[in-house]
Amino acid sequence: MILVLVETDGSGATEASLETVTFARDLATRETGDGGGGPVRAVVVGELPEGTVEALGAYGVSEVHHATGEAFSAYGGAVWAAALQAVHQVTDSVAVTATGSPRGNEVLAHLAARLGVAMAANVVGCPTPLAISQPFVVSRQVVGGAVLEEMRLDDRPAVFSVAGHAVESTPAASPTTATLREFSPEVTEADLVARVVSTEPGEPDRSGSLRSARVVVGAGRGAGGTDGFDGVVELAGLLDGSLGVSRVVTSLGWRPHHEQVGQTGSRISPELYIPCGISGAIQHWAGCASSKTILAINTDADAPMMTRATYAVIGDMHEVVPAINEEIRRRRDQR
Amino acid sequence: MTNVLVCVKRVPDFSGEVLLTADAQGVDARFVGFTVSAHESCAVELAVKIAAAGGGAATVLTLGPAEAVEQLRSALGVGCTAAVLVETDPVGFGAADVAREIAAVVAAHEAAGRTYDLILLGNDAADTGDFQVGIRLAYELGRPVVNGINTVEVTDGVATARGAGADGGVETYRVPLPAVATVLEGGVEPRYPTITGRMKAKKVAVEVVEPRREPVGSGRVRLTLPPAQPSLVEVLGEGTAAAPAVVDLLRSLGVLR
Repeated sequence: MILVLVETDGSGATEASLETVTFARDLATRETGDGGGGPVRAVVVGELPEGTVEALGAYGVSEVHHATGEAFSAYGGAVWAAALQAVHQVTDSVAVTATGSPRGNEVLAHLAARLGVAMAANVVGCPTPLAISQPFVVSRQVVGGAVLEEMRLDDRPAVFSVAGHAVESTPAASPTTATLREFSPEVTEADLVARVVSTEPGEPDRSGSLRSARVVVGAGRGAGGTDGFDGVVELAGLLDGSLGVSRVVTSLGWRPHHEQVGQTGSRISPELYIPCGISGAIQHWAGCASSKTILAINTDADAPMMTRATYAVIGDMHEVVPAINEEIRRRRDQR
Repeated sequence: MTNVLVCVKRVPDFSGEVLLTADAQGVDARFVGFTVSAHESCAVELAVKIAAAGGGAATVLTLGPAEAVEQLRSALGVGCTAAVLVETDPVGFGAADVAREIAAVVAAHEAAGRTYDLILLGNDAADTGDFQVGIRLAYELGRPVVNGINTVEVTDGVATARGAGADGGVETYRVPLPAVATVLEGGVEPRYPTITGRMKAKKVAVEVVEPRREPVGSGRVRLTLPPAQPSLVEVLGEGTAAAPAVVDLLRSLGVLR
């Protein structure tokens, strides 16, 4: 049995969590010979949007354990891990997983510390099946995704997070009707100490939801200065997307750090990423490699980002991007 | 008075091509420089600021080879006043091992009267990306931990930490000291060492200790480089003339309606 921590947004399970459920389901259905597979169960802590249980059933989840109560009204890594640990203890899961988001990695690290087991972050594949008694080897991203590490997880449960876009989220061939199980596990005072006490809205720009954006328009050194972002900001707006920038842009103070994509910024996994004037250093690639499609715009046709992209336009972002914006507006006006 | 311990890790400076060692157990760093990750540079800056504001001291610690003293001197050069090197080959050390070794140093120092109100670490290392050392350290010490924070202020024995939330907002935590926090780049601008700072750093005696326990290890089997992918890029055109093709693509991808 595999237990998945499912994160939700206002409308249901996040896309990354559905990917993780898909990953867990694929792993659970591989033949192990000693019962390493079995059902996939989900744990949701706090908010449970309407329709989430049914949606998880469509992805093959048999039971949704929903942690409720005052203790779970505000996020805290320890208290979320306490909820996950409580479900693990009654279900005796072979593996516990979550998406490789900041929250997913944090909660799993708490769980691994509490259980005294190893943890692998940002797994992209499993060279061996998940058996109860055999070594379980995972393949995970290190050095920001530039290198893969094969790592043995000898402990049970095997605790690991799943990197964004490691698999495509796919509904199960045989959907189930998931059972909802509400529970209020006991938590200690120590678990409650480090919880969020207040949340302020993000700055009024388009980058607030960078990590979950469907489209991200990126800008790098090629922007040329603080006044070089008008075109990309407009394009992000036209595509209902977010603006993401390279580290050099934030280091030079051209844009705020919360817009940074990369190993030490946000790791994004949009449907489409449009890096403009970004050469594609390893550290930036680490943050955007999970993008489904990349359309690079750069004057240097040999820049790493251009050769690794799905599509490319050779040219100056200050000329190409306004032309794209104009073309979008022109076609809209014609309708 | 607020005493801060900040933990850093010596990592290769990955700015070009990454090569692996012949035994596939590590990154071949013979031809690159070394640094600490950007998260840890910010953690050092926060440690120095908090210690200065509270009339305390900032101590920097690392677990690594003798050469890691270079990273300790960098932190001393920007305002840390003491340094500890747990000297060992770090290859065999997993996240749990590192946390245990840091906890052992903290316990030994505190037994000798050197207490730490706040322990700062990077959120995750630039090389292994484990996301665990800070949290495991907190459990070893029985202290609260907040993760992924950009700023920390200490007032009356309480740390107020802020960081980005899951939905893009700014989340605030308030935890009583002593506590542990892991830092993400972005909240502070690391300072460069002054010449005076460098001179002072050279004179500080680095405390060198041996690991207390044999490491359990990280479970690493081997490292591999992703297979080199031939470029499959489809060039849509050059300059402004490519705009119609781009908009056609945006439509076909369903991101423009």
